[in-house]
Amino acid sequence: MKFLAARRRNPIVATLLLIGALTVVGGGYAAIASIQPANAAITVGSETQVEAGKKLYLEGCSSCHGLAAQGTETGPSLIGVGAAGVAFQVSTGRMPLAAPGAQAPARDRALYTDEETSQMAAYIASLAPGPAIPTAEQYDPTNADAALGGELFRINCSQCHQAAGQGGALTQGKYAPNLMQSRPKTIYMAMLTGPQNMPVFGDATLNSEDKQHIIKYITTLQTLPNPGGLSLGRIGPVTEGVFLVTAVFAVLLAAAVWIGIKSR
Amino acid sequence: MSTPSHVERAGGATATYVDKRMGSNKFLARNLGKVFPDHWSFMLGEIALYSFIVVLLTGVFLTLWFKPSMVEVVYDGSYVPLKGIKMSEAYASAMNISFDIRGGMLLRQMHHWAALIFVAAMAVHMFRVFFTGAFRKPREFNWLIGVALTGLALLAGFSGYSLPDDLLSGTGLQIARGIMQAAPIIGTWMAFLLFGGEFPGTDFISRLYSVHILLIPGLILALVTAHLMLVWTQKHTQFPGPGRTNDNVVGYPLMPIYMAKAGGFFFIVFGVIGLVGGLVTINPIWLFGPFTPDQVSAGSQPDWYIGFLDGALRVMPNWESSFWGITISWNIMIPAMILPGIIFTVLALYPFIESWVTGDTREHNLLDRPRNAPVRTGIGMMAITFYCLLWIGGANDIIAQAFDLSINAITWFLRVALFVFPPIVFIVTKRICLGLQRKDRDKLLHGYESGRVLRLPHGEFIEVHEPLPVKDLAVITSKTDHVPLPEPQATDADGVRNPKFRSQSWRHKLSTFFYADNVTMPSAEEIEAGQHHAAHDAALEAPLHEYEDADELRRLHGGVLHHPGMAETNAEQLAENREH
Amino acid sequence: MTEISSPDHDQQVALGHSPVADVPHKLRATDTDPKMAKRAERQVASMFLLSVLFVVLFVAAYVAIDPSLTIYIPVIGETSAINIALGITFGASVFLIGAGAIQWAKKLMPDVEVVQYRHDQVSPADDTAEAEANYERGKEESGFARFKMIRRTMIAAMVLFPIPLIVLLKDLWVPTPAEEGKSPAEILSTTLWTKGSRIVSDGTYKPIKPEDLPVGGLINAVPADLPEVQEAQGNLNARGKAAIILVRMQPDEIRAQQGDGWDYQGILAYSKICTHVGCPISLYEQRTHHLLCPCHQSTFDLADAGNVVFGPAARRMPQLPIGVDAEGYLVATSDFAEPVGPSFWERG
Repeated sequence: MKFLAARRRNPIVATLLLIGALTVVGGGYAAIASIQPANAAITVGSETQVEAGKKLYLEGCSSCHGLAAQGTETGPSLIGVGAAGVAFQVSTGRMPLAAPGAQAPARDRALYTDEETSQMAAYIASLAPGPAIPTAEQYDPTNADAALGGELFRINCSQCHQAAGQGGALTQGKYAPNLMQSRPKTIYMAMLTGPQNMPVFGDATLNSEDKQHIIKYITTLQTLPNPGGLSLGRIGPVTEGVFLVTAVFAVLLAAAVWIGIKSR
Repeated sequence: MSTPSHVERAGGATATYVDKRMGSNKFLARNLGKVFPDHWSFMLGEIALYSFIVVLLTGVFLTLWFKPSMVEVVYDGSYVPLKGIKMSEAYASAMNISFDIRGGMLLRQMHHWAALIFVAAMAVHMFRVFFTGAFRKPREFNWLIGVALTGLALLAGFSGYSLPDDLLSGTGLQIARGIMQAAPIIGTWMAFLLFGGEFPGTDFISRLYSVHILLIPGLILALVTAHLMLVWTQKHTQFPGPGRTNDNVVGYPLMPIYMAKAGGFFFIVFGVIGLVGGLVTINPIWLFGPFTPDQVSAGSQPDWYIGFLDGALRVMPNWESSFWGITISWNIMIPAMILPGIIFTVLALYPFIESWVTGDTREHNLLDRPRNAPVRTGIGMMAITFYCLLWIGGANDIIAQAFDLSINAITWFLRVALFVFPPIVFIVTKRICLGLQRKDRDKLLHGYESGRVLRLPHGEFIEVHEPLPVKDLAVITSKTDHVPLPEPQATDADGVRNPKFRSQSWRHKLSTFFYADNVTMPSAEEIEAGQHHAAHDAALEAPLHEYEDADELRRLHGGVLHHPGMAETNAEQLAENREH
Repeated sequence: MTEISSPDHDQQVALGHSPVADVPHKLRATDTDPKMAKRAERQVASMFLLSVLFVVLFVAAYVAIDPSLTIYIPVIGETSAINIALGITFGASVFLIGAGAIQWAKKLMPDVEVVQYRHDQVSPADDTAEAEANYERGKEESGFARFKMIRRTMIAAMVLFPIPLIVLLKDLWVPTPAEEGKSPAEILSTTLWTKGSRIVSDGTYKPIKPEDLPVGGLINAVPADLPEVQEAQGNLNARGKAAIILVRMQPDEIRAQQGDGWDYQGILAYSKICTHVGCPISLYEQRTHHLLCPCHQSTFDLADAGNVVFGPAARRMPQLPIGVDAEGYLVATSDFAEPVGPSFWERG
């Protein structure tokens, strides 16, 4: 005690206390925030998937998508979107939509568990035929060819998602998202269902193998090193120009000033 | 004096050998001690020069491995995601340099970074020359050479980054072809001649290659040589300061100091380029893929220095006229042909326009402080604002994505801002310059505010002003009061009409606008008095023993402190205080 | 208002052209303290020495590091080991030479300012007079002014001799047999598409049946004979004009087309080449039916005859009329009715 008390006016104390306080508050928040949100208790044991899904749907989705999934002014019809459509939107956290806007943004984590998602998917799939949730055999890219995938990616995907999958702007505030965190199953479902303004790439035009090649290319991009150094976002001239006029010129101008000023 | 070393004796013998054949000692005699003024802003042109040398050097290395051919090959190098893919030989060789030649990636990146730095340094150097009025007589030719160099650098950069034939730069070539085609009458023929037929053809990369490695560098080298020779013979300008006049150069001699500093700076620029080439990716062609005319990537932009043209194309409304079987594409001609034409023409002609407006035909070797030429500074800032808005326009989709905005909104904003912002910037800049001039005048008449606050015996607080140091005095008094051109007479005394009345009227109006609002310099006597006053003020250390003389107190402080019944001296005041 | 004097007379407030010596020269630490000077000398020498060390490291890195090796660097991430090693060693070695030279100049070389005098650029009067005199003599001796015929014919020859240089440029474009006799505008106005050209998917080259394309779908497509034409011509020119996109919407969503019945059961075929300056598009928003060009943001409404709704493009996207052939595959029923791609003068 005497040791600490004697040093209580040391200038470093304030800094250490601040760091400590921030750690406690920040860590506490992170711990609390990582707790899964509690959902309304659903008794599943005695109900089928479809019925459970219907219950979840009515609670969380029908206000925008209609009581029979027929669509309203605020949400499109879900008839025919299939299990894959639901699974994509819910598992990426896009649905339920927090607020209307140009586009539904993905969330870091879904608001429904995998079980609940499958139930809702089963319900919507029961209303009308639509794309089914792909099996691992369909979306697993292990044996696919990244080079061929790159070709297909540049033909079909890069005009919206950018050549390196960094995403791109669409009209009126919409966007094609960055693909660097996307997982194979999600990518497959996106291509299959054409969420929001993304076109539908059905299995008749791009079959499972083609889609696997594309997924392989995307996952390759995700783990690809940056052989040139700092990547600057992999989008090319814009960030290179910004880096030039800020960092590079800062160094060169500093050198010029150093040369010019008189030495003491 | 020590005996000369082996090296010195060899050097001396060489100098004599050369002198006997070329008379070089005369040159050395006059120039080894040549004086160069020293200011960091004079090094901006050097950055451009040195980065150009690095571009040339790394470029030579690249030519040893690059193949400028559009023949289709199948890739078989180390970059796995492109293995087995068909591409042009140009792209394949660029990939080879990047992944299979040791140091190749470094050379490519150094070359490209150096090119970006080259153009940026030219721009910043141009700004410095413009804002300090260094383009005035006798340096107008050098300014013209500089404008030409800027244009050539843009062409060099564009042709260079298009050589690897990747998807991004190939899209840029596709756009260039579309622009060419829109030229009236000759457009389609020009496009077919340059590309050897339709786009993309099989000739263009090799044609671009000879332009990029031979024609343009040759022109740039020739112009840079002329540029430097002019600086050498005309001597560099200098900022005003103590001992610096319009007829001398104050600084350091070429040998040894300037050699060391300029030479050292070359290595520093070279080193920075090397470091950035190894640490930061530029132009990742492996991510873009090989070019084909039916593929494109979102977020396609040219290199930064062409961005303003891309932005102009984006914000331009879609005006086109069709009549009598022809089409005039205003939407392409205005942003891609007329606008850059105007920009370069105005840039080139500016020194002549300004000297016509001001009627100033003197030689200027002392630089202007930007604040002393508010209209010129305002015009410069206006131009930079316009350019930057166009530059931002070129990245509107990246900005929309990064900041969650709508590209349509950004485009509309820029369409309006391009015409609204520059005049506002002009007015604000001019006002700031005039404010600074007033501040300078205050400093001359009252000295500078030292930050010391003094309380006088009667309670008044004053801030003590100190006289300006010699350096600042010299700098501030370098400002000259310019006089606008006189108003012309429509007819002379005999009633004969003045044939030049129109142009003289315009000159009078413009030169009045250019000079009129400038704050006039006080006379030499007023400045003397002001500095003396400030010196006196500054001597105020302990108020209690300074104001012995009430008259002095009254005179120096305008009698404010004095009213009947007040203590006349410090001693009286102290006595009063003690009484209360 | 003060009397207006001639513009050559600038009032200059002269406080006397004080020679530089008026500003007392401040000595640096290295000027007064020999220890500091020695320290500066050591600093400069060690910078040069360090530069040499980096050169050695460069060579070692070049020889020893396998080009396929990657290394993790904080902030940068996984990157090429050899590139970063060569860049840092080379950059540092060169930078240190510069830093050493500058430190040497700043700390150890004298920093006393010196003065040199300028002279006006204009030549002395007698030089000008001599030049004029020589010129007059030369002109008189050449007879240029007297021999009108010589002068005029010489000018004609000098002006016209560069013409061969310009004429030589004509064969920058040698028309192929197919292009022979056609103007560029005519060549630009036709594509590979013709009646009965089967539409195939780009990349996979599979023919397309209408049921393969769902509503909201997008296929990037080319004519079936494109691969062999490309092979035969040895270039990508045909692809650059013939690339199209197929989109499908509900038939009642199609508000307008460029010709009656040019769609097939809600499937529309449009050119992919932007009518602004020629970038390929295919950024299709399936809900809004808008086609957005990533280059300059021209936006076309494919449900409304491809008309421009935003951006700098002035003309609508050309539509390709389609139908199905006997085997049920999608085919074009003719070439485009207007030139694809960017505008040109002769377009009309």
